[in-house]
Amino acid sequence: MTRPVLSVRGLRVEFPTRKGVLVAVDDISFDIAEGEVLGVVGESGAGKSMTGSAVIGLIEPPGRIAGGEVRLDGRRIDNLPYEEMRRIRGRRIGMIFQDPLTSLNPLYRIGDQIVETIRAHAPVGEKAARQRAIALLGDVGIQGAEARIDSYPHQFSGGMRQRVVIALALAADPELVIADEPTTALDVSIQAQIIQLLKRLCRERGTAVMLITHDMGVIAETADRVAVMYAGRIAEIGPVRDVVQSPHHPYTKGLMGSIPTLDANAPRLMQIPGAMPRLNAIPKGCAFHPRCMEALGRCWQDRPEPAAIGRSEVACWLTAGAVAGAGR
Amino acid sequence: MLAFAIRRVIEAAVVMLTVALLAFVLFRFVGDPVNQMVGQDTPLEDRIRIRQELGLDDPVPVQLGRFLWGAVRFDFGISYQVKQPVAALIAERFPATIELALAAAVFAVVLGIPMGVYTGIHRDSWLSKIFLTISLIGISLPTFLIGILLIYLFAVKLGVLPSFGRGEVVAIGFWRTGLLTASGLKALILPAITLGLFQMTLVTRLVRSEMLEVLRTDYIRFARARGLASRAIHFGHALKNTLVPVITIIGLQVGALIAFAIITETVFQWPGMGLLFIQSVQNADIPVMAAYLMMVALLFVLINFIVDLLYVAVDPRIRILGGAS
Repeated sequence: MTRPVLSVRGLRVEFPTRKGVLVAVDDISFDIAEGEVLGVVGESGAGKSMTGSAVIGLIEPPGRIAGGEVRLDGRRIDNLPYEEMRRIRGRRIGMIFQDPLTSLNPLYRIGDQIVETIRAHAPVGEKAARQRAIALLGDVGIQGAEARIDSYPHQFSGGMRQRVVIALALAADPELVIADEPTTALDVSIQAQIIQLLKRLCRERGTAVMLITHDMGVIAETADRVAVMYAGRIAEIGPVRDVVQSPHHPYTKGLMGSIPTLDANAPRLMQIPGAMPRLNAIPKGCAFHPRCMEALGRCWQDRPEPAAIGRSEVACWLTAGAVAGAGR
Repeated sequence: MLAFAIRRVIEAAVVMLTVALLAFVLFRFVGDPVNQMVGQDTPLEDRIRIRQELGLDDPVPVQLGRFLWGAVRFDFGISYQVKQPVAALIAERFPATIELALAAAVFAVVLGIPMGVYTGIHRDSWLSKIFLTISLIGISLPTFLIGILLIYLFAVKLGVLPSFGRGEVVAIGFWRTGLLTASGLKALILPAITLGLFQMTLVTRLVRSEMLEVLRTDYIRFARARGLASRAIHFGHALKNTLVPVITIIGLQVGALIAFAIITETVFQWPGMGLLFIQSVQNADIPVMAAYLMMVALLFVLINFIVDLLYVAVDPRIRILGGAS
């Protein structure tokens, strides 16, 4: 593996509330290599988006990074002053949000928004920036970019707007793009197009992607590696084929078993009983144990740490036991 | 756009006609103006002669027609009290009120918007709390009291600003302005602050609540994620999105400033339309009252029209809607 573009170690995000501190992201570590696509999956509230916001330094107060570090190209960025972090946002880390209908400012022409982004990060003139903006719009597949650059967001459809949002995220050629549920708000027929577009553009530019979604299908198609999050922690992380085809963590197994297929002989869809705990009621030990069919006595007491199995890392006492039992 | 303009002109005509009818009704029900004009021992023949001269013994439809025809040409007859054409009286007073109202509006906007933006961005800073306290005072103190307090402080105690009048004026055509002389400008300060303080607090609070709303939106988060400078985010992206409701309120308030500057004009003896109106009420000078009513209605109609045009300038989505309808 090449040198990681992004390296997250022991990241912890807390929200102080009147009833105590809520831990939204609890001690997670992962790397994203140059040009790699890391999928991050999990249920709502698992801490996926919060991880993305922490990386780009946009956690809404009173939330805060309470521990760990985030490194971009080896340089620590989680403790930078606001102004320095601002120069990294957009320039070196781009971000795509879920809802293209609300991501664009309705009062500005899309061209102005792109030009503004380009000029915030590079010393180019109005004309040159506009030329770049037209090229970018062409790149993201907007027909007649020359004419449409002066349109307002409401003159575009949802899919088109998400293309514009992608153009904006890539405007300053960042090394990493965080795509937070980029297709969730779109029609199913458009979703695949947008994902393909994002994947192609990032491959062409060598941009690494952190793709946050709850759609395993999107992950399987797009990601190189995948991190499965549960209750603020990473349950399993590894190459997408390994995780999809031979998951180790019981939660991952449940997740994979719950994906419908068109195979006539497929068994009934699996379901995981219960629901993910709320942030103020995360159980002791392994957070998944109340829902886990195979939980051991130990799972009630001790929190499992990620341990390597093959090319993956899994945080589960079952597999840790299996590894130990196999005498490795 | 053309359909929009035509519709607005028709609406405006209906409003003005309604107000004209109301103004005309004033003539019929506020007693006999002749009694106000003549002495107690004026003989009956003289009274009848005056009534005929004023056309008050014509049938009602004829009088109405004459009033409307006059109103269209800005001819509102002769003031019963000062025996001068009403239009001339108003034209003489009009610049004073407009200058006062505009100065108050500028004061309210120029201070109110930055204060609103600041308190919206820095919710918990001590400066925000000071601003909000000032705005609370501005909302809760009645206008005349603010005026009197300002006079007491700046005119009586410190003696730096005049307590009444307009100072020297310079005539530009029919428009007599106080904006070009030092004494005129000095005389404008206290009345403008008195009149504008309430509007300023209104603008501050409105901009603040709108800013709080807008700063939570996705496009502001996205603007941050794109690495734009705070200034561009706050004043470019956020402020512009707060402007539609702010323009509405400011527009209506400018109308209110012009129409209801009466109290401020009375406190400062400002020779504007408000003072003229108060005097005309005291003397049952109906032509002046009617003309004032028409004037104020016309101003509101015009301001509303301008506000609608400003919407279109600020928000491109309204442009499309207007074009489609």
